[in-house]
Amino acid sequence: MSALNIKKGSTSHSAYDLRDHNATVIESHTLAVIVENEPGVLARVIGLFSGRGYNIDSLTVAEVDHTGHRSRITIVTSGTPAVIDQIEAQLGRIVSVYEVHDLTAEGPCVQRELALFKVAGKGEARIEALRLAEIFRANVVDSTLESFVFEMTGTPEKIDAFAELMRPLGLREIARTGVAALSRGA
Amino acid sequence: MTKAMSGAKMVVQALKEQGVEVVFGYPGGAVLPIYDEIFQQNDIRHILVRHEQGAVHMAEGYARSTGKPGVVLVTSGPGATNAVTGLVDALMDSIPLVVLTGQVPTFMIGTDGFQEADTVGITRPCTKHNWLVKDTAKLSETIHQAFHVATSGRPGPVLIDIPKDVQFATADYTPKEKTRVAHYQPRLKGDPDAILRLVEMMEAAERPILYTGGGVINSGPHASRLLRELAAATDFPVTSTLMGLGAYPASGKNWLGMLGMHGLYEANLAMHGCDLMINIGARFDDRITGRVKDFSPHSKKAHIDIDPSSINKVIRVDVPILGDVGQVLEDVLTLWKARGSKVNKAGLTKWWKQIEDWRAVNCLAFKNSEKTIKPQYALQRLEALTKGMDRYITTEVGQHQMWAAQFLGFEDPNRWMTSGGLGTMGYGLPASIGVQIAHPQALVINVAGEASWLMNMQEMGTAMQFRAPVKQFILNNERLGMVRQWQELLHGERYSHSWSESLPDFVKLAEAFGCKGIKCQDPKDLDDAIMEMIRYPGPVIFDCLVEKHENCFPMIPSGKPHNEMLLGEADTQGVIGAKGAVLV
Repeated sequence: MSALNIKKGSTSHSAYDLRDHNATVIESHTLAVIVENEPGVLARVIGLFSGRGYNIDSLTVAEVDHTGHRSRITIVTSGTPAVIDQIEAQLGRIVSVYEVHDLTAEGPCVQRELALFKVAGKGEARIEALRLAEIFRANVVDSTLESFVFEMTGTPEKIDAFAELMRPLGLREIARTGVAALSRGA
Repeated sequence: MTKAMSGAKMVVQALKEQGVEVVFGYPGGAVLPIYDEIFQQNDIRHILVRHEQGAVHMAEGYARSTGKPGVVLVTSGPGATNAVTGLVDALMDSIPLVVLTGQVPTFMIGTDGFQEADTVGITRPCTKHNWLVKDTAKLSETIHQAFHVATSGRPGPVLIDIPKDVQFATADYTPKEKTRVAHYQPRLKGDPDAILRLVEMMEAAERPILYTGGGVINSGPHASRLLRELAAATDFPVTSTLMGLGAYPASGKNWLGMLGMHGLYEANLAMHGCDLMINIGARFDDRITGRVKDFSPHSKKAHIDIDPSSINKVIRVDVPILGDVGQVLEDVLTLWKARGSKVNKAGLTKWWKQIEDWRAVNCLAFKNSEKTIKPQYALQRLEALTKGMDRYITTEVGQHQMWAAQFLGFEDPNRWMTSGGLGTMGYGLPASIGVQIAHPQALVINVAGEASWLMNMQEMGTAMQFRAPVKQFILNNERLGMVRQWQELLHGERYSHSWSESLPDFVKLAEAFGCKGIKCQDPKDLDDAIMEMIRYPGPVIFDCLVEKHENCFPMIPSGKPHNEMLLGEADTQGVIGAKGAVLV
């Protein structure tokens, strides 16, 4: 973070409104939504996105506080700055939502996704797959004489890159969890 | 102190504790235990409707005219699905409702049981919040929370789905004060910095306008008083959306009339030409803005709203103020006085002069007739003959609704009930009954079109049964007037299915229901007929046969900005382009 402590891509809620809200450029934002873990809460969030025509590029959800019954939903969405602000406001007024954080706007954040890749092949391709997996720090979690299942954690971009490399080497299936994200620092 | 009781008893107990006096409902298998409890008490009055949609609109009329939440009780399955239109109507217009639905017993949920529907699933996007209560121990607490959610922040409808076994089972009752208040606590106080910026802009403004909406009414009578005080302190002109009529009195000297698609010429041009627009509890609806790109192009805009998602949704504003209208207006006025603020007198004088020029156009002028009753004339006479009475007006949806908004004057808030956001034909008759139940001595008139009115006419039975002397003032043009108007302007006068053949004889219909029917088709008889309607002590169906092809003007055609307004028939040739035609 810069010495001035101006948040990168600050939202309309900050004192420094640095974004052009009339911009038509599509931005990708990662939102963290803390919700009451009650029946139907995920449907409320997803229904908001489908009902109002917003995009969901990725979504993960799990209870993060078992005593307080709080779940954290991480949504990667895309839209113009005005749409992103509207999504945040619309999420905020759902009664079972406690907090909404636009992690992309609030400052640097770490984003990680877990993926499993099934790669089948023999000979050179198999050796190359294993070699690349090592470079990408993917773990082998299942192996037969003709296949591997690799497990990898990383940014969505890293996972995309690895998938591209595996494609000609016999990529059969891929399973991704979607992004989990936290802001950097305390 | 907690006390064990059945879930059904708990419902009645919780409603009593919330101060509920009236419930609008319709029984059925899945709510029988609750109805059994209602039978055994006298504190809560139950109004038996004829269709569940009617129950919800009645509750809306009740809520809108009293400021208290309306309560509805219906059964599972079709009872709940019939209520859906009313729920969306209340959601769009921010009306606080608590709707209780029966549900099949918990062990049958998901088996496609008789009269089972996924009510919370269906109504999730139709309510502010909803609950399925699976445990009697949580029932009373949920009801108390529901009232909190329905009435806090931007009000809206909530729904509680109660399975039948939960109604039979017993558990401890949680009283209101022991209820964990939901974390839902919307912010009421506006940001002081933003309020200061607004006051500074008000001091400098040359061409200001107060653009008020339903939020002023929802904020309570206090907010309407403050709005009047603000208009008096600044001499700024005031216009209002359809939902906000009555917050500022129609007889007030700063009143410009309603704005929007069928709003007044002076109001729309003032919105277009202003240099400071102060939106107070309105939401830049598409009926208001017209073409967004050209909406009030030279103004700074401030927006006071309790709902963060309303701010910057359609129109980007310069000074957003998140908070309750009443509290923010109070802070604005306090600061205005404390600073000894003065308006830009020279600018404001010129601005009023300009507005008077626009007003001189007399945009509501219409060609009267001695042979047929013009709908505008009918409303002028209704206004003249009922002015000053303890009067409440509801409407259906269409041309008559716009004419009512143009030609009737509202002096106080909560006197005007209409379906704004959703535009629900069939709203007015049940809403008028809900209003009359809340105000038994008042004159309650539903200004209707015959097509809308027929959509929920079964509720005349409710009016008769509960002696609600509602007056149904039907402007009968034997057409779906607004549809017909659009077909004339947009679709080459091809009147596809916009007229009704085989309309009932409304006088005989009134007799069938056991109430009074009046038919009037000669302008000369109109005054006497209206007086006869007012004087009759019971419900009246007034069949006012009006000009069949009258158009509603002024009109901003779809896709046009405020300054391209149609004032009359002469303006209508080829006005709506292909782009406008796709808009509604």
